[in-house]
Amino acid sequence: MSVRPNVRPAGHKPPFWRDRAKRALIFQLILVAVVAAFLIYIIGNTQANLNARGITTGFGFLGNTAGFGIGQSLIEYSSQSTYGRTFVIGLLNTLLVGGLGVLAASIIGFIVGIARLSPNWLIARLANAYIETFRNIPLLLQIFFWYFAVLRTLPSARESMAFGEAIFLNVRGLYLPQPLFESGFGLIPATFVVAIIASIALVMWNKRRHEATGKRLPVFWMSLVIIFGLPLLVLVATGVPVTWEMPVLRGFNFGGGITIIPEFLALWLALSIYTASFIAEIVRSGIQAIPHGQTEAAQALSLPRKLVLRLIIIPQAMRVIIPPLTSQYLNLIKNSSLATAIGYPDLVSVFAGTTLNQTGQAIEVIAMTMAVYLIISLLVSMFMNWFNARVALVER
Amino acid sequence: MIHNKETIPQRPAPKGTIGPVAWLRGNLFNGPINSIFTLLGLYVLYLLVVPTVQWAFIDANWVGDSREDCTRVGACWVFVNARFSQFMYGLYPSEEYWRANIVFAMFAGIIAWMVIPRLPFKRWMTLFALLIFPVIAYVLLHGGYFDLPRVSTHRWGGLMLTLLLASVGMIGALPIGIVLALGRRSNMPIVKTFCVIFIEFWRGVPLITILFMASVMLPLFLPSELNVDRLIRALIGLTLFQSAYMAEVIRGGLQAIPKGQDEAAAALGMTYWKRMGLIVMPQALKMMIPGIVNTFISLFKDTTLVMIIGLFDLLGIVQAALSDSRWLGFSVEGYVFAAFVFWIFCFSMSRYSQYLERKLNTGHKH
Repeated sequence: MSVRPNVRPAGHKPPFWRDRAKRALIFQLILVAVVAAFLIYIIGNTQANLNARGITTGFGFLGNTAGFGIGQSLIEYSSQSTYGRTFVIGLLNTLLVGGLGVLAASIIGFIVGIARLSPNWLIARLANAYIETFRNIPLLLQIFFWYFAVLRTLPSARESMAFGEAIFLNVRGLYLPQPLFESGFGLIPATFVVAIIASIALVMWNKRRHEATGKRLPVFWMSLVIIFGLPLLVLVATGVPVTWEMPVLRGFNFGGGITIIPEFLALWLALSIYTASFIAEIVRSGIQAIPHGQTEAAQALSLPRKLVLRLIIIPQAMRVIIPPLTSQYLNLIKNSSLATAIGYPDLVSVFAGTTLNQTGQAIEVIAMTMAVYLIISLLVSMFMNWFNARVALVER
Repeated sequence: MIHNKETIPQRPAPKGTIGPVAWLRGNLFNGPINSIFTLLGLYVLYLLVVPTVQWAFIDANWVGDSREDCTRVGACWVFVNARFSQFMYGLYPSEEYWRANIVFAMFAGIIAWMVIPRLPFKRWMTLFALLIFPVIAYVLLHGGYFDLPRVSTHRWGGLMLTLLLASVGMIGALPIGIVLALGRRSNMPIVKTFCVIFIEFWRGVPLITILFMASVMLPLFLPSELNVDRLIRALIGLTLFQSAYMAEVIRGGLQAIPKGQDEAAAALGMTYWKRMGLIVMPQALKMMIPGIVNTFISLFKDTTLVMIIGLFDLLGIVQAALSDSRWLGFSVEGYVFAAFVFWIFCFSMSRYSQYLERKLNTGHKH
């Protein structure tokens, strides 16, 4: 029996569709062609539609006068300002509610997440009830609840709820005393910065000393005293160059002080409470992901319980916690765009809402709005990746 | 040698380690700090539960048909009662409710069939749910065929619309998500780049800007003679948004399959699609189910955003009902009802996903 040799005759090449590299190339070329054709189709349609509706294109509209008022602006704004200015105002308002939301959500989330693991049965159950309630109700519904059912039903300015003589809450918002800084106050933030730098130096020195001699100082408390004590000392030494402007009822409304509009309060509360329920779950699973052997080994080395938590559990748990935490922060910032439903003047509400309606330049406005969120997403995930790489497990 | 033939009778546990008192001492009052926390917790519970029960049940009004039937001391469930059919069907004509009811019933039946583990023919049921049921639902809800009067989509609303948006978004997102996930793991650089850009774009922007884009920009992108229904526009936006998240879940599942599986299949001479379809995907899909359920829960909650572009989903119709001048001042009741409905759906889904996770875990631990 002869075995047929499985060798192709010399000079015979397989057809090109059997060659993996060529096939991949052809497939990708087809893909590029399809995508390009799709884009050309869309751009063609868009141009035809824009011409038919008489809409001009370009970013020239950003220089035009906006002519509408905005309820909350961190920088100077009047209805005489430009559309470009409305973009900046909206962006700043988005960042404000996003930043404060991240802060509050982290604090609530970490507390609830740790409470969820408490040996106290009741506390663990309460934390669980919090998580299960708030994460299973749509955020928009929660925003509506806080805004329409709670803050909009508060008493009018004359019957405000007063907390002491300084803080007032009514249907128009929350009124807080405003600090007025006199000359010489600049010294205090400066001292604050110096104190932070000093305590970082202290921590680094302590770490080196600890590695060299095995001795360590209670740096946490020491830096706390430096960071808060030093500016306080300067504050007293300079004779407290701050006066407080109190909100006062004048006629039908309050004057003076800081006004926090109810739209901001509702959005901030809902965002923090909703996101905190997710953060709590992340914290819980992060801590539970650490094998119990780690705690036992640390206890076997007779580390005190406080140090076990600080040196063994938390650093390892953070590694698990940080990636999902990042996406929750990003979710919070993206969700702050729901502001538009209750009229908080954020980027989407002011720019993609009012400005879009007035100018009709949908493409430019939506593209700018989306670009902002994309850039924020990219920046935050870049920062978190860098942070993650720093705390990641270094394997040999 | 001493042999004790009888076993020594078991002694009872020491006193003070069993029974409710010991449980209390062990779980609630072990140490002064814990005792303080327990008392604080009890106080918080008292502050929350007592007024809520008083408001929602004891002082509440249940029957009647106008606001005069409410004492306003407790909750006025009369409002929810009077609006109930609107909350369920939106502005759907009431003589056609039976059509929506059939779809609801079929939907519930399919879900029950998929969830109860003992029932057979799961694969056929999946095919039916994905391919045939949408057609039946469309014919019934939209009408225009078999002598059924047409009901245009702007009259659809309430819970019906919420479920419809979530289901269609999900069913549409699954195949796109699979393609995107495979593309992102592909060796072909251009395919990979396209998929990464597509996924990261939709994941990087808020859903509301996507819905704005779908409602404002989509008509500009398409030829002017093509007039796309508002509901369809919202569905396109939701599906694309969801497909990016779905792709990441599927990619996670694919990454969990050891590379050896794919290589072994390749060594047997299987083509790419055979390897994916017969070896990698079936194993990965099993691992992805909890993740898919979780993204579905987020989608379900996110459908409330369509009210911003003028569709009346459950939240939208509740919000609209609240501004009815005959029923002013019942916002708490309306929101509590909507929250309760959403909560029931999301909570049972998340419990189901946890159950699946536990069930699927056992077979896969090495």
